[in-house]
Amino acid sequence: MSNHGKKYGMLIDLDKCTGCGSCMVACMAENNVPFKKDESNKLVSITWMRVYRLTNGKPFPDTEICYLPRPCMQCEGEHGHSPCVSVCPAVATDYDFSTGIVSQIPTRCFGCRYCMAACPYHARYFNWYDPIWPKGMKESLSPHVSPRMRGVVEKCTFCFHRYQQAMEKAYYESREELEENEYQTACTQACPAGAIIFGDLNNPDHTVTRVVGPDDAHGGRPKNPAVFRLLERLGTNPKVYYTSTREWVRRQADNDAARGENAGRH
Amino acid sequence: MKIDRRSFLSLAAGVAAGTALTPLPLKLTDDLSIWTQTFRYMPNEVPVPPDGAVSVATSVCSLCPGGCGISVRKIDNRAVKIEGRQGYPVNNGGICTLGLAGLQLLYGPWRVQEPLKKKEGGFEKISWDQALSEISGRLNDLRRNGKSPSVAAITGAGQNTTGRLLQRFLTVFGSPHFIRIPAVDDSLAFAAGRMLGTAGVPAFDFENSSYVLSFGSGLLDGWGSPVRMFQAHSRWKENGATLVQVEARLSNTAAKADVWVPVKPGTEATLALGLAHVIVRDGLHDPAIEAAGKAFDAFRELLKSRYAPGAVARQTGVEEPKIEKLARDFARSPRPVAVCGKGAGQDPVESLEAMAVLALNALAGGFNRSGGVRINAAPDYIHWPEPEGSAAQKSNGTRLDVHRLPELINGGAQPPVQALFVMEANPLFTLHGAPALAGAVDKIPLVVSLSSYMDETAAAADYVLPVHAYLERYEDVLITAGLKEPLVGLSRPVVKPKFGSRHAGDVLIDLARAMGDDVAAAFPWENFEDCLKQTMADKWDVLSDQGYLAETGPEIPAGGMNFAALVESAELQPPGQGENGAWPLTLIPYDSMRLWGGHIGTPPFVLKTVADTVLKQADVFVEVNPVTAERYHLADGRPAFLETPAGKARVRVHVTDGIAPDVIAMPRGLGHAAYDDYLAEKGVNINALIGPVEDPVSGLDVAWGVKAKLTTA
Repeated sequence: MSNHGKKYGMLIDLDKCTGCGSCMVACMAENNVPFKKDESNKLVSITWMRVYRLTNGKPFPDTEICYLPRPCMQCEGEHGHSPCVSVCPAVATDYDFSTGIVSQIPTRCFGCRYCMAACPYHARYFNWYDPIWPKGMKESLSPHVSPRMRGVVEKCTFCFHRYQQAMEKAYYESREELEENEYQTACTQACPAGAIIFGDLNNPDHTVTRVVGPDDAHGGRPKNPAVFRLLERLGTNPKVYYTSTREWVRRQADNDAARGENAGRH
Repeated sequence: MKIDRRSFLSLAAGVAAGTALTPLPLKLTDDLSIWTQTFRYMPNEVPVPPDGAVSVATSVCSLCPGGCGISVRKIDNRAVKIEGRQGYPVNNGGICTLGLAGLQLLYGPWRVQEPLKKKEGGFEKISWDQALSEISGRLNDLRRNGKSPSVAAITGAGQNTTGRLLQRFLTVFGSPHFIRIPAVDDSLAFAAGRMLGTAGVPAFDFENSSYVLSFGSGLLDGWGSPVRMFQAHSRWKENGATLVQVEARLSNTAAKADVWVPVKPGTEATLALGLAHVIVRDGLHDPAIEAAGKAFDAFRELLKSRYAPGAVARQTGVEEPKIEKLARDFARSPRPVAVCGKGAGQDPVESLEAMAVLALNALAGGFNRSGGVRINAAPDYIHWPEPEGSAAQKSNGTRLDVHRLPELINGGAQPPVQALFVMEANPLFTLHGAPALAGAVDKIPLVVSLSSYMDETAAAADYVLPVHAYLERYEDVLITAGLKEPLVGLSRPVVKPKFGSRHAGDVLIDLARAMGDDVAAAFPWENFEDCLKQTMADKWDVLSDQGYLAETGPEIPAGGMNFAALVESAELQPPGQGENGAWPLTLIPYDSMRLWGGHIGTPPFVLKTVADTVLKQADVFVEVNPVTAERYHLADGRPAFLETPAGKARVRVHVTDGIAPDVIAMPRGLGHAAYDDYLAEKGVNINALIGPVEDPVSGLDVAWGVKAKLTTA
């Protein structure tokens, strides 16, 4: 095991994903995500994990649908210069070199939303409203994740509190390393299709590393030709990888309006 | 000191430069935002969840028929997260949207907190003693006047201990009207009974199948035990198995299928028999079935005369070469399986369809084979002594004519219903022709709802008796839906009851006790827990320790399929509805993992995952093919009026290629009038737009699609 820290990453198998939405709900329940009476305006609906619906754009009956779960991509950028970290004036979001996770500290955030503008994956959400839990519902809030207040940005943290808990447990048991299954995100754990694999990309024994084959010389670009990342050409070097056997899905993942061929598909 | 213009200007410039150079504005903004965030007198202060000792409790989820094992993380006595239970045979760690959001059903303010009695313009709180004595008094009056058979009960709980207690209550009271909400299992069991002469439910070994032919079953949209189906699907991807989805709409199941076969709604049975035609014609069937099958020649004759590919193509809209190819691929695959049961499988299907699907499996030699079908005997672990008493009337546990309830209530051949019990069911929302049923229920003098939530049926009841939520109670969960082998899971209390609710079983036992005489004598148990332990007897320890009990009965042999029953049903099947100018479209409902159409309402977290092309503010979208949209001048996102013979509703149009022309689709699970602020008054309840359609053979309500028209609003 190398000394230069961990780099947690995720691989989502889009052939197995059925678009059921369990990852979204698991995330909300784990992370005390607020909910409102009307959540049909998706611009102000907070979903750290969001499942997008892609179509191949062909008419009936050749139409195809593919579901694409989108957590925070935990971009590494160039040496930790992920798009959001680079623009945050409050150091409310930062790249952690020991885990590869992009943090989000709500109490530091003052709501300028530069990071939301910078994020090419729409993975960041702003609390436009006071979070209100109806009577009795506060009982289901987890103490491991602070509820956020109005006026701050929030996003997926790869369930960082679970990493902290696993590390505390390891420390208590005088271990320095975590087993692969000791730290898993809530969405990975919940996925009924087993479509998500999560682990340390720096650990060659972890399944995600074996399948993806991240190329450290090129920002973690996958060596496995079946695996791809979203908007690879932007150089954000995300740590969320996808795989699909469908050509049109792979093409849309790296869409480029300038090339025209995939323009307008989302 | 004199302030002249020059010094004033330089001072102003200095102030401006200083302000621009200092971090003061940024600092003030920062301070202001922090101050507003921590401002103590905000009306909605952000809560700080109290910390405490972490523990994990295991149980079994009973929100849907799937019966997944769950692990509930607790902080002291608060449940804070539900997860799938590792190693549990049904779901092995996986869990669905509804199971994950279960705490919202537990802690939500939409729970009924204490017994309620209807009064002018609402409900008033009453004590349990008063409620039970009033209800038992009125029941005893009925009984004394010889009106015992005028009591009916509807339950979705099925054949577990609580369901059987309700059934026993009716039996000993003297009424045969115990009604279970029917599901596809009832159709399959009926078909198996007719064709194989066995009492059991066909179950499918999806995991080991090489070719899955699904006639509209939403295998990935909540069918059977949903999590088990997702895991089977992942196995198909790994093993290279083929999934074929026969359905007019590009559902999630169709989207994940290798072959999507859009078919005219209602012609699934015809297509299945068309495939059988090709298989038998080409001699691709299992030769053993020909020897063992009763009336196989009659079946062959039926296929030959009525289900030639050309005729089937015209009726179903599936092209002839495609029918030939499907049939051959199915028959030549090593371990094929065919399955029916539309959407989440919560509705019965036409007898002919169920029989045709069983016949296809038989032709493929699929019975009692790996990756095929087996008939499971119903788990049989509840053995109570027969109740004694003058009024005890053998209640027919298989009575399923719930769609005839309005008829029953309004009189007719039988005495009108004077009292109705509803337990763990919401028929006024989930059944076809819901408005007619609501009108009929309104006429019943005594309606008692045993429910955890203020659903539509509870809101219409005279007494609402709050029962423990699923995380607060013991319950044997009978898992038959779609499982290869039946299983009995054990739900156990994860948290202490939060409100003044009681266990439904305790309510029934207490009610029986309050009624006295032989009714009380038939319920000798101290309470429900005592009853459950005595019922399970020596099995209790295993059930309690491992959380489940495999209830695998003997394998029922499926040799000697009686094809005459199918031929008979085909003769009885009414001809398909012809083209009708007044109703040019067919409206079909659809199920989804993100909207729950059963008696459990969709919790807020799950509602959050619903796309804005399904629900926008209070409007539900109807899926329309671009060709249809153009023909009827419907534009994407625009409001429209949807009309069926049963009713009319205002909807919005979602133009999509994922649906066949002339077919329109709408989700189930919206249009709640009751329940909570998060779910109520959103969209339209599609069950109100569809009237029941009785199957001529089984007598079950098999409505799925309905003729409709769509006009711009």
